This record gives sequence, C-alpha cells and structure tokens, in this order.
Amino acid sequence: MATRRDKKGRPVVAITGMGMVTPLGTGKQDNWKRLTAGESGIRTISRFATDGLRTTIAGAVDHEFEEGMHSAALSEKLARIAGTEAIAESGIGSKGDFPGPFFLAFPPIEIEWAQRFAIAAVSGANDVVEYSDLVRVAPRPEFGGFYEQCKYGVVPDTLAEYFGTKGSPISLTTACASGATAIQLGLEAIQRGECQAALAIGADGSITAESVVRFSLLSALSTNNASPQGASRPFSKNRDGFVLAEGAAALVLEDYDHAVARGAKILGIVEGVGEKADNFHRTRSSPDGKPVISCMRNALSDAGVTPADVDYINAHGTSTPENDKMEYLGVSTVFGEHLKNIPISSNKSMVGHTLTAAGAIEAVVSAMTILNQRIPPTINYEVPDPGIPLDVVPNKARDAKVRRVISNSFGFGGQNTCLVLTGEPN
Amino acid sequence: MSTRHEVWITGVGLVTALGEGPEANWTRLKTGESPVFDDKTFSPYITFPNVPINLDTQIPKKGDQRQMETWQRIGVYAAGLALTDAGIAKNTDILDKADMIVAAGGGERDISVDSTIMTEVRKSGKSDAFVNERLMSDLRPTLFLAQLPNLLAGNISLVHGVVGSSRTFMGEESSGVDALRVAHSRIAAGQSDICLVGGAYHGTRWDLVLLFRLGTPLLEAPFKPVWDRGPAGALALGTMGAFVVVESREHAEKRGAKPLARLASLHSSRNLRKPGESETTLREELAAVMPSVKKDKAVVISGASGAEPATSEEKKVLAETGLPVRATATYIGNGMEAQFLANIVLGCQAVREGTLFPPSGSGDHGDATNGISQALVTSVGHWRGEGLALIERVD
Repeated sequence: MATRRDKKGRPVVAITGMGMVTPLGTGKQDNWKRLTAGESGIRTISRFATDGLRTTIAGAVDHEFEEGMHSAALSEKLARIAGTEAIAESGIGSKGDFPGPFFLAFPPIEIEWAQRFAIAAVSGANDVVEYSDLVRVAPRPEFGGFYEQCKYGVVPDTLAEYFGTKGSPISLTTACASGATAIQLGLEAIQRGECQAALAIGADGSITAESVVRFSLLSALSTNNASPQGASRPFSKNRDGFVLAEGAAALVLEDYDHAVARGAKILGIVEGVGEKADNFHRTRSSPDGKPVISCMRNALSDAGVTPADVDYINAHGTSTPENDKMEYLGVSTVFGEHLKNIPISSNKSMVGHTLTAAGAIEAVVSAMTILNQRIPPTINYEVPDPGIPLDVVPNKARDAKVRRVISNSFGFGGQNTCLVLTGEPN
Repeated sequence: MSTRHEVWITGVGLVTALGEGPEANWTRLKTGESPVFDDKTFSPYITFPNVPINLDTQIPKKGDQRQMETWQRIGVYAAGLALTDAGIAKNTDILDKADMIVAAGGGERDISVDSTIMTEVRKSGKSDAFVNERLMSDLRPTLFLAQLPNLLAGNISLVHGVVGSSRTFMGEESSGVDALRVAHSRIAAGQSDICLVGGAYHGTRWDLVLLFRLGTPLLEAPFKPVWDRGPAGALALGTMGAFVVVESREHAEKRGAKPLARLASLHSSRNLRKPGESETTLREELAAVMPSVKKDKAVVISGASGAEPATSEEKKVLAETGLPVRATATYIGNGMEAQFLANIVLGCQAVREGTLFPPSGSGDHGDATNGISQALVTSVGHWRGEGLALIERVD
C-alpha cells in the first residue's frame, strides 16, 4: 500500500462520508441545494409556548421532531440520521460495524420540566413542592426512563452500539466549537496510527423554553421576532444576536491510503487543526483578538500552509455584535492584505447557530464548497457594517475556485478551534 | 508519529471527603478509621461531602468565585493544587502551551427557583407561560455559565491561565478514563508535551440525588463498604475534585520536574453490561497489562462503584490477579467524572509511599508488605465503561 504522508510526516486524513440535517432539511444534498439558494431555516417557534420569552424564533428541526421528545432523544435522532448518511456514503465497514472509534459532540442534557412536573404530580406534596418530595417518589418504576435519558453516558453508548464503533465512545463539549473538536479528536487518532477510520458527529436538538431563556438572559439572542428569516444577519451593521438552531452533521474520517485502497471516493482532506483557549472572560473574547488569531495561525501551521494558500473562510459568523467584530479583527490580522481576495461567509445566516453541531455542519459545508466549487452566501446582508469590510458573499451563492478552506468555531468558555480543509490531493 | 514518549505524572491535586491533597487523604486512609459520611442532609441516603477548603488560596478573586457554582469551584481549586504541585502555576510560558482535558458533568440547577415553580405552577392556568415568565425573572443570568460542562475548563483557563487548548469530555466515570487516555496517547505520540487532566463532581446536591434515585439505588444506613451492598448494589454520591499534570519525560526533565509516577498504560472499553460482560472486558484489559506487572510489587486501587452486578464481577476478576486490592469509594463516595482521576492521585500516593491502607469489605484483600512500586487503577463505571491504568514509581 502506498504511504502518503502530509508535510509533517503524518498519515493524511480524508473525509469519505458526510451526512447532515439542519432546519433546512435532512440529507446533505437537500441542505446544499437550499444553502446555495440562500434559503433560511429560521421560523417562529411552534414546539412550545413562547409567552413571556424575549425571543420567539429559532431554527428548530421540526421536521424530525416527534411529539413529547426530550432534548436527548431529538439530539440522538439527529446524530443517528447524519451518521447513517455519512457511513452509507463512505461504504466503510458494514451495517452496525464501523471499524473505528466514535467522537460525539453532544449538548449537556438534564431532566426537563415535563419530567419534573410528572414526578411532582405524584409526590403528594401539599403546600410547597421541594426536591426532597421528588426524591421520595423517584424510585417508582415509571420514572426509570428519565434517568436513562438524562445521564451523559447514555446517548454516546446507544449510538456506539447502533453504529458498531470500536472502543469507549467519547462524548464531548467545547460549547460552540464542539463539532470541530469531535473532528479534531478523530483526526488526531488517525494521525497517531491508532485507527484507520473514525466517526465524528456533532448533534444538537436541545431547543427548549429554558434554553431560550438561558441564552436570552445572557443577551445573546436576536429578538427580531417579526422577521424570523431575516433575523440572522452575520456581519451586518444591524445584527442583534444569534438565532438558536438545531441540527447534526457526521463525517467519516479515514486514513487516505486506507480509503484509496478500498476504492472509496475522497470527499476532502482535513489538512490541519488549531486550537487556543481564551482566558479573558467567560463569554467574551479577548479584545486584542490574540486567542482567535493564535487559533487560526496554529491551524495554518499545523496544515503546513500560509494565509495566501486559503481561498475561502467558512466563518463562525454568529450574528452577535461582538463575535463578528472579533472574527473580523482575527481574520484581518491573520490574512492581512490577502483578506480582500478571500470570500468569507456564514452558514449561520441561513441555518442559525446549531451550537454543539455547528462546527461539524460547517465542516461538511466547507468540504462541499470545495467539491462543488461554489460558495454558499451570507444572507440578510442588506446593511453592511463599515467596521467589518469583508467580502461576505452577500445574499447569493457564487461560483469560485476554492482549493482550501478554513472553518472557524469559537465558543463560550474561551473555546476556539479552526479546521483547514482541502480537496483530494493530485 | 512513531516516536513514543514516556508519560510522567508530575503534579496532582485532590479534594475529597477525606481531605485536601494526596498526603492528607492517604493519612486518613491509613488510620483505618470508619468512613466519615453525611446521613442527614439527604436522609435516608448517605453522601460524602468534601472537607472544607479555603477557596481564596487557589481562586483569589471573589468575583471569579461568585461566577462559579460549587462543582466548578472545587474543580478549579483542585486544578490549582495540581499546577502548583507540578511547579507550573503562574508559569505563563508553559501554561500558554499547556493542553487541558476536563471530564465534567452538568452544573447545579437553582433548587429554590425550581421548587417555587413546581409549587406555584399548580395555581397557574397556563403552565408553560408561567414557567417561561418565572425563569425569565428568577434565574440569575450567569447561572447558565455555572451549568455548562465546558465552563469548568473555561474557569481554569481564566483563573489559572491554562490556554494551550481546552477540551471537555462528558459521560460519568468513563469520561475521566478517556480524558486521561487521550492525554496519554497524545503525549506518547508527540502531539502534546504537557496536559492538565481532571474532573470535579458535586454529588451532594438535590438535583443529582434526584437524578440518580430515579434509576439506581442509593446507599442507606447502615453503612456498608462498596463490595458488600447486596444484590441490588447502591451508590453513595460524593463531592470531589481531582486533577493531574501529565507530561512527556523530555518536557519534565528539561524544566527539572520530578515524576510522581509514570503513566505506563491505559485501557478504556465498553459493553452492554449483560451478566458477565464487565468481568470479560476487565479480564481482557488486565491480560494486556499483566505482562508489565511485577507481582510482588503491585497493588490495585479499585474504582468499584457499589453498583451491582458490576462490583461483584470486578471483585471476582481482581481476586484472580492475586494482587492486594483496595476500593476507595468506600471512603470518598461516588464522584463520577472525577472518580478515576481521584484514584489515579491515590495510586500515585501508593507507589510513592510503597504501602497500602487497611482493608474494608469483602473485596479488599492482601497487603503491601514488600514496598510496592506499581498501582493498577480500575474504573468500572456504575452503568457503563471499564477502564484500567498502570502507574509506576520512577526509580
């Protein structure tokens, strides 16, 4: 077997399967069609009552939601859909027997109000309902399912069993960078020679009234409730926050030689990854942009390329006033003069912010951008922000020569991860 | 990637029900005293709250302390102890490049807000709207940041300046094993030079007592060691924080750091826990490690949880090794994501001291009379996950 190595002497890591589900639809082809048509998946929330909420819009994946589903169940379903599509495309292993480890970016889950009320209802508490009242009736057998649903280890274990991945499944969170971190862990495992394939999935189906409240209280969400489809406006002067969304994406990562030997189609190469934590503030980036800058530079250095080698930036682009300004500071510092030649667009303008899944979804879109030589737009770009002079691929997809993409993911808690993707090597 | 690097543990930090720091924990264990637990707060259930700690020594800014909840404070505190022990606290050159992998669960809810909503919702006509309104008005805006699992790592970055990278793994006991496994693999392969690894768990709180009691027995009086909690088994939730600094031998020697122990190997696996499967998996892991184990110089620090039948299966397999065995959860309770790291710290202390503490319960047996130099640390999770590490004294 040929032994192809990257510039650092490591095994080359290919993408041989991809799957995706977002509020725009299920399946990567349907998503690609809608993304390049500039469609928005944001709608008024119908899954639960929004009385009293400041934000009443979201990119909920209603077309896969089933009545009464807990966040864990929906997130698991989305992961399963994306993973199944990716593995089928890759053709690796056999059904229920994926020959490698599993890295799952997954939202933190917990008991939800419907469950709490169900327990409280049988607690017999008259005056005040305390947790001790709930604990007293907790052993009743009808509540056993709540425990199974809310333990962090359950979904990764269930999916590991379903896909037949090998070893202990790793479920992880690096907030809004989680999807990219899942890919990074798979990449590193293949580079170490521990495995020849890895399954990386980022999934998030956790929109509940309480999650909307939590982000609202941090003033992170757009309140443009009157115009759901126009609410996510990355890089626009009138952007006012991100739009919470759901979705999942999966990537089959594979040693390039292994993939070629079995005749697999190479959908892309994960050439490098960079990360850097920020210790400025829990939710805000360091005003000098240093961590974000280091993160991108680390990624380019890991891939062994220079800023001039990058043709397109798949932005984190959340549509919050702060993120987009910071991302501009970051890319303008890293890319300098060359930035004017690099289109940079935000998938979140159409999909919303899928949080845990975003890094994986945007990696798939990045690979499809290279495969199709077409860049999805940043929609809702009507009022440019003069402080952010970028070619955001406004409102309409564009055909372009794209050999190499960087995909940025930044998150609460100082999380920054950047992926470098390229096409099949010549 | 073919060059393998030796992986050293060069710093540890630990807070448990027994004490702060490995020495204090070990001293208490060696007295052979009965475990000290709390059987009142969550009566009838037994829990293991941590000993009091002086947060100011590791988290000097009160503002930082206020932005965290208990699980994060304990974790940030224990992480600080480990960085200090490794001699890299405040060393910005090293911390700027240091990696970090944290094993974390979810943060605590606001119990009083929940209780008020559960009480008053019964009088409201539209319960959904009522919940929305109360949450919007009653929740502390920054509470969310104390609930996100990755914000333990985030707070460690903020307070201690570890900023090379930051990853958070979730999933009870296994996540602690996998955090250390990935750090070990990365360092051994040259992908990382130094990494802070750890976890924190605040099990002595109502929302977790509720979650676990929904699906698994919790220990009630009279107290019993983990090995002897009957056919249904039982957990005793604990509060703990445990961190280690692991680095390549080259990196440690270059900065003049001494090893507390070598992290020789690590295994992590899963099965569906059909009868006998834990036994089989653990036996396979042991088979991979035993060729490196010196029979008269090694002990087992068991992470047995008290859940059955997993604990009985582990007892059987460990007895077959002929090595002395001690289970620590009898003394510190169940700390989920932090449990394995706590046992790694205690394992380091075992190989440093070359001795063991008195046995407690039917699975603890043997003694370390010859001066031990190796510790096998197990993690058989209460629900899933079989993990095993070998650590050894560096002579």
